[in-house]
Amino acid sequence: MKKLIITLVAALILTPSLAFANSGAHLEHAGNDLTDKASLQRGFKAFIDNCLGCHQLQYQRYNRTFKDLGISDADGLKNWMYTGEKVGDHITNTMPKAQAAKWFGSTPPDLTLEARLRSPDWIYTYLRSFYVDPDRPFGVNNTVFKDVGMPHVLQHLQGIRTKDEHGNLSPATGGSMTEEEYDSFVRDITNFLEYTAEPSKLERQRIGYWVLGYLFILFIFAYFLKKEYWKDCH
Amino acid sequence: MFANFMAWIDKRLPVTDAWNKHLAQYPAPKNFNFWYIFGSLAILVLVNQLLTGIWLTMDYNPSGEGAFASIEYIMRDVDYGWLLRYMHSTGASAFFIVIYMHMFRGLLYGSYQKPRELLWVFGMLIFLALMAEAFMGYLLPWGNMSYWGAQVIISLFGAIPVIGDDLTLWIRGDYVISGATLNRFFALHVAAIPLVLVVLVFFHILALHEVGSNNPEGTTIKKPKGSVPEEEQSKFKFHKNYTDKYDIVDSVPFHPYYSVKDIMYVVGFIFIFCWVMFFHPDGGGYFMEAPNFTPANGLKTPEHIAPVWYFGPFYTILRIIPSKGIGAIAMFSAIIVLFLLPWFDRGVVKSLRYRSKLHTFNLIQFAISFIVLGVLGTKPPSPMNNMIGIIAAFGYFGFFVALWFYSKNEKTKPVPERVSG
Repeated sequence: MKKLIITLVAALILTPSLAFANSGAHLEHAGNDLTDKASLQRGFKAFIDNCLGCHQLQYQRYNRTFKDLGISDADGLKNWMYTGEKVGDHITNTMPKAQAAKWFGSTPPDLTLEARLRSPDWIYTYLRSFYVDPDRPFGVNNTVFKDVGMPHVLQHLQGIRTKDEHGNLSPATGGSMTEEEYDSFVRDITNFLEYTAEPSKLERQRIGYWVLGYLFILFIFAYFLKKEYWKDCH
Repeated sequence: MFANFMAWIDKRLPVTDAWNKHLAQYPAPKNFNFWYIFGSLAILVLVNQLLTGIWLTMDYNPSGEGAFASIEYIMRDVDYGWLLRYMHSTGASAFFIVIYMHMFRGLLYGSYQKPRELLWVFGMLIFLALMAEAFMGYLLPWGNMSYWGAQVIISLFGAIPVIGDDLTLWIRGDYVISGATLNRFFALHVAAIPLVLVVLVFFHILALHEVGSNNPEGTTIKKPKGSVPEEEQSKFKFHKNYTDKYDIVDSVPFHPYYSVKDIMYVVGFIFIFCWVMFFHPDGGGYFMEAPNFTPANGLKTPEHIAPVWYFGPFYTILRIIPSKGIGAIAMFSAIIVLFLLPWFDRGVVKSLRYRSKLHTFNLIQFAISFIVLGVLGTKPPSPMNNMIGIIAAFGYFGFFVALWFYSKNEKTKPVPERVSG
């Protein structure tokens, strides 16, 4: 009986490690921090300035983002919203979808849930993995997302990188940022996208600790209640 | 005041009598162990699914255009909508964990054997309804894995000769999975199947209380009337429905003894449930699969389509057979043999504790085969996985065949008359 349980538990524990054994390209650890509001604000700003032209956050509202990132609505309206939307609006753009598909090969996807679709590490690595490839329409390719339709929008910041025969990327010309600055910049965007993928994540974990604490105490009472009732039964 | 009120009610509806018969004076064997909590937990999870489901329905939009966005609306704009949704999605996986444990308990202690065959069959019907419920529910978020998972499963029905194509068309309500499919799945998921489930659970419990619970020793607590001396009978008051016909031994009333025990385990279960729900709601990518965070797209197939983990064992059995038709037959057979388990087992000794070593071995290999099939169901196919899958499938079906052969003249140990200790 004991052996049986041990076998089953072992099998259950081994299950996830087996299933995760195969994955694609190597991903760098993003190391972003959802509690870092300054980073989230920088990421939000970077997203609006660099990504929103093509990529929407169609499920995420401006005012929810302001609230969660510690920005007042008035401040947000003045400094973060350029195109005359209302604070309660979703973070969208006006790019015509059908034409965008012609320009890039496919419509730039909505990024609200990208961090849950791909993982924060994927976003972080992806944005750092563009390299020169003259065969592509925009002259760049990506080691994480082969033959991606997206141009290297952040090239002026990161600079140009080339790929050697081993698949390693090395800088050819520098951008306006140092490598550390660029990594940190990308980490902020990653952080922001992890936030938009699940705005309630921190709230969820905060409540979770209280719930588990409460249940732990309740369990002690439930245990002694059971013991009290059962003591005359054996 | 209250006594008068209850007297008034009882004259018109036997509420107190039913309470006594099924809870306060229901004889339950006193030696239930850990494995016996999963029935109660299954009811708990069922209630959780019903309640959270009702509240989710209030904000969900069952249409091809609006479904995916309405889920994100629930996750962001509805107060504690994320909590409702995670309770429901975690509950779905928890339901299957609990049910699989519950079924395994039945295997361990022979709870499906005579006279509990019908009880087992009702349980299997619940399992079947639950699979249909989960399958249809999984389409509703209208993510890309929802879409392609449903595509794969529905296309199975196309393997049925002659009527196959018309049947899949009838199920989908369209030539491809579309808003029409989503709408009918919604109707079935929130109204039809839950009703069936609740009715089946009712009959499952009624059938249980008619024959009484088995226990880890596989003995009976209902002895023929007059066969047990007064001082050896259980000292508790049991309902006359039981004591008129039997002498009750080794039992306690379900309430309060098992209600307080269940409360303890329920709190423990909710603790684990909440740990998953609050800290790992996507269950490592198994409870919520990553490709489902992008809307359904009939033109973009996910890299690797896998049904949710709880269908894994049956999906693997389907997949290891190259012919889709035979694969589908094998898959449905895997469920049918479970229905027939009470008749595959020709033994009279119930509990594993008093059965042969061969039976213990057979049961262990069955459990391992089932888990291996489940793991493979979540992984992409490969020649190696296929080989392992075939071996595990032999283990799965072999359990039943072997059982049928050895159970007739099995070398068992003597079963004690009474529960010791």
